[in-house]
Amino acid sequence: MPLLEVNNLEVCFGLRSGAVKALRDVSFTLERGERLGVVGESGAGKSVLGFSIINLLSRPGQISSGSVHFEGNDLASLAPGELRSIRGNRISMIFQDPMMTLNPVLTIGTQMVECLLAHRKISKADAKRISLKKLQQVQIPSPEKRLDQYPHELSGGMRQRIVIAIGLLLDPDLIIADEPTTALDVTIQAEIMELMLNLCEQNNVALILITHDLGVVSQVTQRMLVMYAGRIIEQGPTKEVINDAQHPYTQGLMNALPQMAIPGQKLNQIKGTMPPLQRIPKGCSFNPRCEYVMDVCKQKLPSFTQSGNCQVACHMVAESMQDKLLIKEV
Amino acid sequence: MSESTQNMEQPPTALQRFKASHFWHSFKVDRVAQLSFLIFLMYAVLAISASLIAPFDPYDASQIDIMNSEIPPSWEEGGEGNFLLGTDAQGRDMLSTILYGTRVSLMIGLCAVALQALLGIVIGLTAGYIGGRVDSFLMRIADIQLSFSTLMVAIIVLAVFQATFGTELYQQLAMIMLILVIGIAEWPQYARTIRASVLAEKKKEYVDAARVMGFGRLRIMFRHILPNTLSPILVISTVQIANAIISEASLSFLGLGMPVSQPSLGSLISSGFEYIFSGAWWITVIPGVVLIVLVLVMNLLGDWMRDVLNPKLYKG
Repeated sequence: MPLLEVNNLEVCFGLRSGAVKALRDVSFTLERGERLGVVGESGAGKSVLGFSIINLLSRPGQISSGSVHFEGNDLASLAPGELRSIRGNRISMIFQDPMMTLNPVLTIGTQMVECLLAHRKISKADAKRISLKKLQQVQIPSPEKRLDQYPHELSGGMRQRIVIAIGLLLDPDLIIADEPTTALDVTIQAEIMELMLNLCEQNNVALILITHDLGVVSQVTQRMLVMYAGRIIEQGPTKEVINDAQHPYTQGLMNALPQMAIPGQKLNQIKGTMPPLQRIPKGCSFNPRCEYVMDVCKQKLPSFTQSGNCQVACHMVAESMQDKLLIKEV
Repeated sequence: MSESTQNMEQPPTALQRFKASHFWHSFKVDRVAQLSFLIFLMYAVLAISASLIAPFDPYDASQIDIMNSEIPPSWEEGGEGNFLLGTDAQGRDMLSTILYGTRVSLMIGLCAVALQALLGIVIGLTAGYIGGRVDSFLMRIADIQLSFSTLMVAIIVLAVFQATFGTELYQQLAMIMLILVIGIAEWPQYARTIRASVLAEKKKEYVDAARVMGFGRLRIMFRHILPNTLSPILVISTVQIANAIISEASLSFLGLGMPVSQPSLGSLISSGFEYIFSGAWWITVIPGVVLIVLVLVMNLLGDWMRDVLNPKLYKG
């Protein structure tokens, strides 16, 4: 049984102007200890996906259909009390901005101890010992002193280490990291990502890494999802998706990397912008921006085609696969 | 990491931390705040130790001699040395009565504000955090409460109480009644302020993080959000204590507050009012000055605190 199994997840935001679907028909599985990257441009539904996995969408958002099975329990329909015992305990989440995720008026130690005591029946001294151990694991200098310090006394990188330590505090099975390094500068980013990678490997923790950064995804994750306008359009092993992108959108993303441009020339970009969620075009939602757009793209929603180890939702890929099959048969 | 180098040796104690804080620093350079705080402290000490310092016990009828009535302060012509600030119309020593009266006034002010704060914090936090219909409902109640002025509510409640249960019982319960009435009439001030800061705080990521951690609603409300809204609470508290003292004084002046047998500053001013034209100005003026200084000092402290605790005015 996979650790996490998301089936046909659909998330709806009931706005005054009508319901907007932020996620449509999202399905994927995650094995124990597996690291999955989720990429896509802003507004593609990456963060909503992260929040809906632990069923923490704030109003007006809600899971309108589909299921999220975590070790067999459907989180989308679990009672609030049972959900709370899973949040933080089995699944934890790391946010983008470490300046904001720590409570400014409580010391680091208080926050860590509180988190432990909320889920486990242990003494305060034990909780403090565990907190200290976790702080050591995230390689923070002089961890004993950090327990008595307030978040504002620490630098951004140290704070994110502490956030990671809090994430690991209860030895969860899954960590959802929502752009964990975006707010940090580049050198610290690399350190933090390496730390997360090592910790996940050591503790056999599964990771869902939500990010814009394809470089980070290729270093850290084993599998990746590419999202566009609330749908998954391509998924597969990270290496294959990055080296041999099938979907025109993914290809566009790869081409847009600065490394792909000829020095002195403009960077490549995908023309246009993602459509607003209220006005997603008929057929393939990428069709107005696609270079290879065909008639069928404007009519019919593409279903997933198996291409190598990847699954791609694109009519063009589907056609070319069909052609290959025909050639083989002939 | 540079900010942590100075305390590499020893984590700072709470006192060291306080001494290094912006709060302490701005107190050290602000003369008005220092003076206000000093005067307030003096009031507090005098009020608490009133029964030790006061030369007479104004509550003890056997120490009062009607023959001593309306003696002017000792520096005036006809003043007597053992009545430093003179006596009132019943022959009570003004100094002792003022000391006891300050105690009554401060006590009512503090307790009424504690009650206001308790009601306001619980209601404001609930309205702000839960939102939606609960929020609208609680805030409409607050609007209704605010549309009655404190004095009007107090006058009606206290008058009805006196009429139904008699003056005897009222005199025994006067202090508790005043605290309840002033406390309940002014909770919307707190509730609104706290609701506004909760609305701002609950959007912040640390609240999301606490929810992700699996904490319950009450724990997030009281342990995580409430401490972040404390500075506005502190600021309005100082102003509200001053307001409560004034409300109590006004009610006493109108004859609905503390009874003449255990006077507060307000009822002292009121009792002297009848004699002011017969030349006995000190019965009204001296407690009046005491009251004005107390309220002024509280307001100045509140002003200073608002400036210090408001990050928008922080010049660091």
